[in-house]
Amino acid sequence: MTGTTTDLAVDVRGLRKSYGDQQVLDGVDLAVRAGTVTALLGPNGAGKTTVVGILSTLLALDGGTARVAGHDVVTQPGAVRAAIGVTGQTSAVDDLLTGVENLRLMASLHHLGRREGRERVDALLAQLGLTDAARKPVATWSGGMRRKLDLAMTLVGSPSVVFLDEPTTGLDPRSRRTLRDEVRALSAAGTTILLTTQYLEEADQLADRVAVLDGGRIVAEGTPAELKSAHGASSLDDVFLRLTEPSTGPTADPDPTTQEVA
Amino acid sequence: MTTLTLTPTAHARPVTDTLTMLRRNLLRAARYPGLTSFTLAIPVLLLLLFVFVFGGTIGAGVMPGVDPGADGRAAYLDYITPTILLFAVVGAAQSVAITAAMDATGGIMARFKTMAISPGSVLGGPVLGTVVQALVAVAVVLGLAVALGYRPGAGPLGWLALTGLLALVTFAFSWLCVAMGLSARSVETASNTPMILTALPFLSSGFVPVETMPAGVRWFAEHQPFTPIIETTRSLLTGASPDVSTTLQAVGWCVLVGAVGYARSRSLYRRERR
Repeated sequence: MTGTTTDLAVDVRGLRKSYGDQQVLDGVDLAVRAGTVTALLGPNGAGKTTVVGILSTLLALDGGTARVAGHDVVTQPGAVRAAIGVTGQTSAVDDLLTGVENLRLMASLHHLGRREGRERVDALLAQLGLTDAARKPVATWSGGMRRKLDLAMTLVGSPSVVFLDEPTTGLDPRSRRTLRDEVRALSAAGTTILLTTQYLEEADQLADRVAVLDGGRIVAEGTPAELKSAHGASSLDDVFLRLTEPSTGPTADPDPTTQEVA
Repeated sequence: MTTLTLTPTAHARPVTDTLTMLRRNLLRAARYPGLTSFTLAIPVLLLLLFVFVFGGTIGAGVMPGVDPGADGRAAYLDYITPTILLFAVVGAAQSVAITAAMDATGGIMARFKTMAISPGSVLGGPVLGTVVQALVAVAVVLGLAVALGYRPGAGPLGWLALTGLLALVTFAFSWLCVAMGLSARSVETASNTPMILTALPFLSSGFVPVETMPAGVRWFAEHQPFTPIIETTRSLLTGASPDVSTTLQAVGWCVLVGAVGYARSRSLYRRERR
């Protein structure tokens, strides 16, 4: 990483976290330069969601330091919250309200003026193709549309750092494409993005850099091209299979052939 | 475990944010009237049951010199209306436990936690929404009682004081119910825990005078929040000036319950959920 500390939108050093006697993160180091897209890969149960939870001030850390947008997540959580936008895996929308009402709620909480708020909401609805359904209760929406609304709600406050925890999991190809286009547009506008994903070709397409989390540590980090050439692999799939042990995740693939490759 | 401290930022505006959250909760109540109607059904049924089924006999026992039957029912309607108003208040407070649990078990509370908003605003919105709902429920139940022949004797100041008291009771018990809702593992448990609050008015001076109870039950009835709250409500409704010591006890209980509920809610809000 060539950037100095001030260029870093996310600066994580020696991050440790355990749940009871289960050590989930065991010294994670991660640096994300401002304005770039970083994909965090790892088998199920590797702790990707825990990393995002700590960076978004939802979870306490046990050791190490984590700074987001220049602020320490432990001592300056308020400043961190003011800078970030988070889309987690659990749907964070109000089912009883309509799409417009959900977005206007966010606009009010970000203290946008009435007119500014309405313009921002209308722009986001159009951008994500939600305008037609906008006035129906979210409970009647499809999973893909709810996911898009979730992202739109995250973006109302124009956050400088955005965390996306498996943003495209379970979506149809069209919705997945809309969300990927949105990530590219955000990145082009200078937003820093840290996303976790199970789709390795997604990381390959979207991310400037990729970090592989396994056994509570970052086991590889670099551009997609660097990782592929360093491991003599033709795809990130191969890199992923070589780096991650099948036994680390509770739902990891028990196929013995992958163990031989590793 | 490290505790996350909340540093206020220039971005959080507690009053504006609380009003925004209040608007959200009133909108939700309007969209989902089922919960509100259900909490209203209980006091309405209790009033009808206790007046038309039990009232003829109990009324004669509660009011010396009153004959059983129609006179007893009329006397018991007078005696029991203040108590039933408190059931409307408690019912509304219980519904906020469900609201809090729904928000906490879904993802939306996690979203609020990652935003620069204070816990007081996120949880205070539903609490204020409950106060509005409770006062509406009280008006409906009181209207029914008047239709059945109840005649309150309160003057303008008395009505104002009564509104203030019932708003305070709702506010205090709502914070307690928010804490119960946040500590519940599921929405189902959240609707069960506050049920103990429904038991309290039965074990008070609300249905019969405490003097007729055995010593242990009487001691409990005299030392629990609902007896002074109901007695103060009763005085205000009849237009009598309430006993100072009883009123202070009622307000004191509200302050205590509200403070404990608020402190517990705040700490539960920042608790890690997995």
